[in-house]
Amino acid sequence: MSKRYAMAIDMKRCVGCSACVIACKEENGLALAAFRSWVEIETRGTYPALALEIHSERCEQCSDAACVSNCPTGASYYARGGVVLVQRELCTGCKACVAACPYEARYIHHDGYADKCTFCLHRVEKGLLPACASACPTQSITFGDLNDPSSDLVKLLRSRQWKQLRADAGTKPNLYYLT
Amino acid sequence: MAFTRRDFIRIGAMAGGVAAASGLTTDWWSLQARTIPDPKTDGDHVVPTFCELCFWKCGVLAHVKNGRVTKITGNPAHPLSKGRLCPRGEAATALLYDPDRLKTPLIRRAKRGQQVFEAVTWAVALDETAKRMDAIRTKYGPEAFALFTHGWGGSWFTRLMQAYGSPNVAAPSYAQCRGPREAGFTLTFGQGLGSPESIDIENARCITLIGSHLGENMHNTQVQELATAIGRGAELVVVDPRFSIAASKAKYWLPIRPGTDIALLLAWMNVIITEKRYDADYVAKYAEGFDQLAKHVESKTPEWAYPITGIEPQLIRDSARLIASARPASLIHPGRHVTWYGDDTQRLRSIAILSALLGSWGRRGGYILPSAMELPKYPGRKPQQPARAVADRREPSLYPLADETLASGVCDATIPGKAPYQLKGWMVYGTNLMQALPAPQQTEKAIQELDFLVAIDVLPAEITGWSDIVLPESTYLERYDDVWAPAYKEPFIAMRQPAVEPMYDSKPGWWIARELAARLGLHDYFDWQHPLDVVRWRVEAAGQSLAKLRATGVVQGARVPVSEEEGLALSFDTPSKKIELFSSTLASAGFDPLPDYSPHPQPPDGMFRLLMGRAPTHTFGRMANNRLAGAVYPENELWLNTLVAKSLDVKNGDRVTLENQDGVKSLPVRAKVTERIRGDCVYMVHGWGHTANGMKFARHRGASDSELVSRYATDPVMGGTGMNVNFVRVLKAEA
Ligand code: SF4
Repeated sequence: MSKRYAMAIDMKRCVGCSACVIACKEENGLALAAFRSWVEIETRGTYPALALEIHSERCEQCSDAACVSNCPTGASYYARGGVVLVQRELCTGCKACVAACPYEARYIHHDGYADKCTFCLHRVEKGLLPACASACPTQSITFGDLNDPSSDLVKLLRSRQWKQLRADAGTKPNLYYLT
Repeated sequence: MAFTRRDFIRIGAMAGGVAAASGLTTDWWSLQARTIPDPKTDGDHVVPTFCELCFWKCGVLAHVKNGRVTKITGNPAHPLSKGRLCPRGEAATALLYDPDRLKTPLIRRAKRGQQVFEAVTWAVALDETAKRMDAIRTKYGPEAFALFTHGWGGSWFTRLMQAYGSPNVAAPSYAQCRGPREAGFTLTFGQGLGSPESIDIENARCITLIGSHLGENMHNTQVQELATAIGRGAELVVVDPRFSIAASKAKYWLPIRPGTDIALLLAWMNVIITEKRYDADYVAKYAEGFDQLAKHVESKTPEWAYPITGIEPQLIRDSARLIASARPASLIHPGRHVTWYGDDTQRLRSIAILSALLGSWGRRGGYILPSAMELPKYPGRKPQQPARAVADRREPSLYPLADETLASGVCDATIPGKAPYQLKGWMVYGTNLMQALPAPQQTEKAIQELDFLVAIDVLPAEITGWSDIVLPESTYLERYDDVWAPAYKEPFIAMRQPAVEPMYDSKPGWWIARELAARLGLHDYFDWQHPLDVVRWRVEAAGQSLAKLRATGVVQGARVPVSEEEGLALSFDTPSKKIELFSSTLASAGFDPLPDYSPHPQPPDGMFRLLMGRAPTHTFGRMANNRLAGAVYPENELWLNTLVAKSLDVKNGDRVTLENQDGVKSLPVRAKVTERIRGDCVYMVHGWGHTANGMKFARHRGASDSELVSRYATDPVMGGTGMNVNFVRVLKAEA
């Protein structure tokens, strides 16, 4: 069966340190002001009855991606494993995808094309983990193939409770946040 | 995090269950020829070495491509990183390529009545430094010259000082940081905890953090182990006036009134003893003074502690029972930066005593007893015993239980009348004393008394601006250093070696120290040509191969038993050879033999206690100029309770200034208005508010907590400088 790459991100383990963010920036040679991943910390409740929710976020590699369906040139496409990529030569930088993405995962690169997380497909193709998953000191990020029932990813999703962000947007995201 | 590119996205309603694969079964995307973008940041070669972005010293792999370091990743073979780094370590490239680095030696000159730095050659700078050091040695004796040092590269300068004959070598990491912990644990168990701390977080079933915000404080291995423990179902108890990241993961958060931790610890002991939840066999076998302790805490009930700490008796009982239920794998984390109130040794004693009651010393999931691989010292010429004792205190009888030199005391000894003799020269290696020592106002005064100050550093931090000579050091990615073999549960030897050639006109520390030694007539204390000579000798004397160490960055030794469960027999290097719940050493030195709570002044109306801590992306003030780390966390913020902020009419993101009890004012800093902190204190991350012109990125970002610490409370036991004793008013900054 073909692969369907996804990530499970464990909010119980994650400390929100941003090692994923910096590893991503280094691996992908991003400009200082450019981010393909980021960390959000939401506070709930009032002192002293409080809770935090910590998300390491990035493109959700949606299976029904608004960026792909809204791309007028065909630059945004589904690559192996369902990873949404941008073919830079085809991209005109029109920002239709940036506006369509419910996760605000895209930005316009200084060279004029739309850019975002690639699940480090260049690494995955070599059998490596995405830079964030490989770097995370708390091992909160589990990358894998949803179609492989023996993967750690599927095992985690079977055994743990999880949530998805903005599931209401209907784009079938592929990041799972373990609660 | 401070980086907010977007508003928070609400979590959708769906939860639980098995993920359905999303039905993409045909690979129609491959119909069109596409290229997968490859940023090509893998190195054409990879150099294993160890990190220096903080003192943890994780093993890293530096990817080098066309002579440039493209990225830093964790070395999977290294026990401290296990292939994973903290964000600071990953951001090391931005230190190496920081455009604001010190690029050439500088000498202060007076020109037309103005003081300016002049760029000079190394020969000129070293000649002048040696001349000034020689003049001090001749006029006042070698003891009048002191070294302040931080970081692994400091070993070369420590050696230089020993050869020169000065006893005054000090690191702020003792009296300004972990000193009380080492004293408290040594008094109780006969040994301190060292670095990396000899604790077994990963096997703990309950982890109690007292003011330690592990997770924001990124001691890499400890954070890794914390996540492992959480993954295995360990429970957390977190005592912190602030709802830290760790607190959000805890079963019990105790938002304690600052300065009252000892009362809570005594109440926990009360519950654990009166309910007979302690490890009676362990205590009977190993400890002495239990009866005195039991009597001492008899009246320290949760009801007694409640009005002091603000923690409800039931919460004290519940948390005590949870802590006891996990023993002996119940780790009361000792913390690291523990100089808070001046009675810190006694607070750390309380933690040690509680740990003894839990039987967690020498036990899996508690305090373990690792050993180091044997690494003989390089057999160079033995320095003579310095003629005079260290000048870090007015009377030798003060701070009787300090076992390292007090950096704050050495600083003070520069001011006439504060010490048996006066210091006249300083060498400052790798530490920005203006932020590392409390009361920078006093540090400035001391500096004015100096004949000579030379700073050796990578960046033009504030201390370099006070120096007569500034020597630019290479970063850790450009230099060799000595090998490192700490005590650790998986013993190892680690190699520091350069990934790239030194940039600009910077030089490695070993070279600087050796050149100075030669000019001071001390060359025979440095009887080697290259640090690899030293490293090779030591590594081979340890029966290891240098080639292997260089290729992998680390060699591991055999694992030896570190706990009773692994067959280790416990022994205690205390006077009684037992765990001293009751400390006769403290009693005979005139201190409380059992820790007692005494109240600390609370902030007056309209003022707040200033607390400080760490951000995961930054080490002290050393990384404030790191543009990569700064992209994620660009400046510190003042944490202010929501209700308090409302009463002060301060909104989230407003710029405020702080004014302390002595009228010291801070630079403007953004308010982070939050439910996550008590109303009687404010909090900020240490190490911001830089003013040095050369730190172009860091300059005037956020506020400096150090500046506001114009007072400190000195620990009478070991001379630590308790810094959480300053109160501030929050003022709206003029727009
Ligand atoms: S904890 Fe982070 S900064 Fe410190 S040595 Fe490890 S990687 Fe480097």
